[in-house]
Amino acid sequence: MASRETTPKRGADSLLDVERTFWDRLAYLGRLFGRDRSGLMGAVLFLIVVVAALFAPLIAPYEPLEQNLRDAKLPPAWAEGGSRAHLFGTDNLGRDIFSRILYGTRVSLTVGFFGVLIASSLGLVFGAIAGYIGGRVDSTIMGIVNLILSLPYLLFVVVIAAILGRSLLNVILIFGITDAPIFARTTRGEVLRIRNSGYVESAVSAGARWGRIVFDHIIPNLIGPLITLGTFEMSRMIFYEAGLGFLGLSVPPSVPSWGNMLSAGRQYLTSSPWIATFPGLAIVFTSLGMNLLGDWLRDVLDPRMRRAR
Amino acid sequence: MSTVLEVNDLLTRFHTLDGVVHAVNGVSFDLKQGETLGIVGESGSGKSVTMMSLLGLIPMPPGRIEGGEALFTTDDETHDLLQMSPADLRDVRGGKIGFVFQDPISTLNPILTVGEQIAEVLTRHLDLSKQEAQARAIKLLASVGIPDPELRYDAYPFQFSGGMRQRVVIAIAIACTPDIVIADEPTTALDVTVQAQIADLFRQLRRELGVAIIWITHDLGVVAGLADRVLVMYGGRVAEIAMVDDLYENPQHPYTIGLLGALPSLESRESKRLISIRGAPPDLLIPLEHCPFAWRCDYAFDRCWEEIPHLLSVGKRHRTACFYDLEKGGPRDV
Repeated sequence: MASRETTPKRGADSLLDVERTFWDRLAYLGRLFGRDRSGLMGAVLFLIVVVAALFAPLIAPYEPLEQNLRDAKLPPAWAEGGSRAHLFGTDNLGRDIFSRILYGTRVSLTVGFFGVLIASSLGLVFGAIAGYIGGRVDSTIMGIVNLILSLPYLLFVVVIAAILGRSLLNVILIFGITDAPIFARTTRGEVLRIRNSGYVESAVSAGARWGRIVFDHIIPNLIGPLITLGTFEMSRMIFYEAGLGFLGLSVPPSVPSWGNMLSAGRQYLTSSPWIATFPGLAIVFTSLGMNLLGDWLRDVLDPRMRRAR
Repeated sequence: MSTVLEVNDLLTRFHTLDGVVHAVNGVSFDLKQGETLGIVGESGSGKSVTMMSLLGLIPMPPGRIEGGEALFTTDDETHDLLQMSPADLRDVRGGKIGFVFQDPISTLNPILTVGEQIAEVLTRHLDLSKQEAQARAIKLLASVGIPDPELRYDAYPFQFSGGMRQRVVIAIAIACTPDIVIADEPTTALDVTVQAQIADLFRQLRRELGVAIIWITHDLGVVAGLADRVLVMYGGRVAEIAMVDDLYENPQHPYTIGLLGALPSLESRESKRLISIRGAPPDLLIPLEHCPFAWRCDYAFDRCWEEIPHLLSVGKRHRTACFYDLEKGGPRDV
């Protein structure tokens, strides 16, 4: 028998030999977005919101708390009687609505980001324990999860908010804890799926200890679905934060948040509708962006979906 | 040659909601150093469960190993695998006994490079540093016939074909120079040409490493060219065990004869129908008190319905669990 074939020449014909630079990867990301316009739109909307939050003090023409009663309830710049000095007009105390919305972005994103961080961490730990250990531990954890999920969500949140009082930290904690069950349930399902996968079976048969299996095989494979869920949940939290603000149960009224602005604008809905309209539009804008982004992430992070597109 | 593995009267049952599944009912066999043992049998005959039981890989519950011993000899020490602590057993798995599964597509983690997955086993069992493990993993990739091993080290499983992936899985199985490699239908999910390559690779490994191989399959054709000895399983029991040539030329169990008759042959000129074995395998939920093959057997007589046949010696290293003597054309005198 002839000796083994010589190794193939290294060069462009070898798929593995291709050096991928940062720009190649960026171009790949570009193509990935290019295939899905709504994903691109979601990313752009989300990016605008993030930039607004990060650079609010630089962009905003006024201090969000600066009152000027002489210019109270000015309509937006393009409306009759509007002033070019106040793009979205002013509220009942003469505060610049555009500036307040920019600062409100910070509240919303902080609540959304840290809320998801807490909820996903709790959910990851408890969901992974439930899925990995199984048995009685699993039924106990999932029992608690189902109990929390069966409570009327808003009622639950309102009660906790009423007890804990109004502060940004409390709002984050409320969302972090009440949303953890959703992450726990998803994590548990994924862990069960991965646990029964061939590669975990093979790692076990190769003598891997549980730490290796959990940290090398299970958790990395969980990240995709959790990022996707996190995006959707963040959008939901921003939504609910505004709802709580509207009910007067979120951050203190002095803090410029979209919910507080909605709540304040409600009284002037007939005479000065723009006071409530713009924060409402900001919520729609953010929520739409994050949902589109989440949809796109779900498709991209699941390789089976990527091929199908 | 010395014996690396001696299994006696292994008994594995699954306590399910439907009842007790009698998956493995007193299986015994031995494995010599550097020997290739083929285990054949139809689906549900207990081939895989036997091997998984030895290594503590069956899910417990519902599975339970209810008897037997599995004496594994390594470094001149003999231990009973069934009595080992889970931690000791983990050291054996992947270290002293490697495992190759049927489906190479799901056996590799899609998000780790193949190199990392080989190095993982090396650092786990051999106490190597990261660099040493990487160097050795590259050598292993080369030894299982993967071209450009340095480049492939950083490749992900999706960049490999099925056959290449199975080579990686084999590299993982032999990474720590084990005494035994258990291959559970390693070629079933592959193309016929790739099957032949993988079988070649196993021959080469046996020659170079002197590793004993247990090859589980339902393909008697593959086994014929590869195994030294063949064990035929039926209904969670050993039906027959013999040297490979002996088994093919002189089968002593009606089930083995049936299996060989169901094998398509290239030599036969005239087209003839493949002979199938009538009936279906036994329901393992029902504990049997007679030969599990009696229903389907052309030679069954009174005794076959009254007691369970145990392995009888019928030749040099040839044993069968059958009361009927085919040569004599009547019952055996035992």
